[in-house]
Amino acid sequence: MTDSMKDSSIYGLMAEFDSAQELVDAAHKTHEAGYQKIDAYSPFPIEGLAEAIGFHKNSVPLVVLIGGLIGGISAYALQYWVAVITYPVNVGGRPYHSWPSFIIVTFELTILFGGLSAAVGMLILNGLPMPYHPVFNVPEFAKASDDKFFLVVFSSDPNYDAVRTRAFLNGLAPRMVAEVPS
Amino acid sequence: MATNTQIPAADRRVPVIAPGYTFSSIGEKISNIVLSRPVSLGWIVGFVIVFSMMNMLMIALGYLFIKGTGIWGINIPIGWGFAIVNFVWWIGIGHAGTLISAILCLLRQTWRNSINRFAEAMTLFAVACAGIFPLAHTGRPWLAYWLFPYPNTMRYWPNFRSPLVWDVFAVSTYFTISLVFWFVGLIPDFATMRDRAESTLVQRIYGLLAMGWRGSVRHWHRYETAYLLLAGLATPLVLSVHTVVSFDFAVGIVPGWHTTIFPPYFVAGAIYSGFAMVLCLAIPIRAIYGLKDFITERHLETSAKVMLATGLIVAYGYGMEAFMGWYSGSQSDSFLLWNRLHGPYRLSYMALLACNILIPQVLWLRKFRVSTGWLWLISFIVLVGMWLERFIIVVVSLSRDFLNSSWGMYYPTKWDWMTFLGTIGMFLTAMWLFVRILPMISIFELRTLLPESQVHEPAEVKQ
Repeated sequence: MTDSMKDSSIYGLMAEFDSAQELVDAAHKTHEAGYQKIDAYSPFPIEGLAEAIGFHKNSVPLVVLIGGLIGGISAYALQYWVAVITYPVNVGGRPYHSWPSFIIVTFELTILFGGLSAAVGMLILNGLPMPYHPVFNVPEFAKASDDKFFLVVFSSDPNYDAVRTRAFLNGLAPRMVAEVPS
Repeated sequence: MATNTQIPAADRRVPVIAPGYTFSSIGEKISNIVLSRPVSLGWIVGFVIVFSMMNMLMIALGYLFIKGTGIWGINIPIGWGFAIVNFVWWIGIGHAGTLISAILCLLRQTWRNSINRFAEAMTLFAVACAGIFPLAHTGRPWLAYWLFPYPNTMRYWPNFRSPLVWDVFAVSTYFTISLVFWFVGLIPDFATMRDRAESTLVQRIYGLLAMGWRGSVRHWHRYETAYLLLAGLATPLVLSVHTVVSFDFAVGIVPGWHTTIFPPYFVAGAIYSGFAMVLCLAIPIRAIYGLKDFITERHLETSAKVMLATGLIVAYGYGMEAFMGWYSGSQSDSFLLWNRLHGPYRLSYMALLACNILIPQVLWLRKFRVSTGWLWLISFIVLVGMWLERFIIVVVSLSRDFLNSSWGMYYPTKWDWMTFLGTIGMFLTAMWLFVRILPMISIFELRTLLPESQVHEPAEVKQ
């Protein structure tokens, strides 16, 4: 395949399907045919679809773990610093480092930081907010949040070829295949 | 729960979603309530009423800020009064929302998918109402930021050994996480609303909120992980919040407060009143907005069962309090029991026992669990009963403690009542707007309940 066959004004080719099952089957076949840069779109999460397009990497749990640890450690450190170092209050000779009292705030801030990292981390890893995206240029794509299922092969895929990829997608028995202008 | 929502084939109970729906008709039915249903006269009249009640709150708070907490009925020995009663009541109501959205999500209870959205909204509004009370009760709410640790010119730091400081962290974390959980759940539905909206302005607003959500499988994959982790984090959080609220009492030495049963007993009571509020809202909403196909008899019956179970835990708590009053041999504790039964507040205690223990026992009968009228009435009674419980805990314990010379009575003033009723107005105003502005049932989670959403992977391509 030569570079001249690639058109930078084209984002990819989009195929529309009627059911979740058809989309998963089509995604499997497309991935098996050697296409790497593909994506699938559905109105609700579909079990096994991520594996079908070969997407395995998910860093959200790590982000949440790090966020939660930062929250917990900084909460305990702050309380220790306040109660022992900078503002010690002597209550009848009781120890300054009264750790059981510090557990609750440590717990709460672990949850707070963990929860916020889950939400913010998910959005950032997903590249959201994203006000413009080429897939919305296809009018039928409005149904992607309703009851239709879409598969896109990006033009950046090394195997992408305007003619052959279209023929391949047509072979998957979609409702339609459309070019996605970028 | 968005994945693995298989409906058992041999399930002969009423289904969680009526038959005959498609992916499209679910979205259409729920989004049309917001997008195309005309505003009815009933909605406007109701809104005028609840909004007036909310303005009563504004007046009561405005006068409070001018005059101080002296306008309330609180005084020594009863310094807590309505402010803390209502705070605990509202916080407790919020708990059902998180229980439904987080704990039932982890337990894969698919019936939660049609009630979690508005239960979470209920949580947020209830916690917002709750937050007003301790804030106003500080007397100088404009200095409330002193509760947070921040470097300041007074070189002062909060006392992290105080349950009241724990409360600040617990409640503010609870509100924040509930809000995040709710918003994350809404993102895919905002996209559906954006794509269904007719007018450009409405499209832009929901489009802005959807942040460009396009339903990519990579996004769904991370989304589901984040949602599951949020549920996992919110589960211990919801149990901790009322535990920390109960520490406000249990760490003190006042008779009737200083007991180890308080945390579990408070949490059970919170879920009890929360489910009562869910039913009080769900029953009229499903009738008015024609959502009986999504919020079915099954939901009402299951909620009634949860109410019955948590009510029995609360009853056990009362029994244990009475038992310990006798068994401890402590004069103050046994006097507290006598005082509840025979003292000046005995009528409230009798009403409490009737509302929280006696009357809800009819829920053992299926007839009452599936009759919407009865169920609504019982839920309302439970809400009253749980309010009385907080009144008994706060007021009766404080009114007669160790020294006879420091005994006193508590009489709420009209400002107390205006503030309390005002927060009910604020809660309902928020609810009134919510049902017209946001999809009140989770569209995408309901879609996963349809059998067509389940995919069978071909064996030969399995990796």
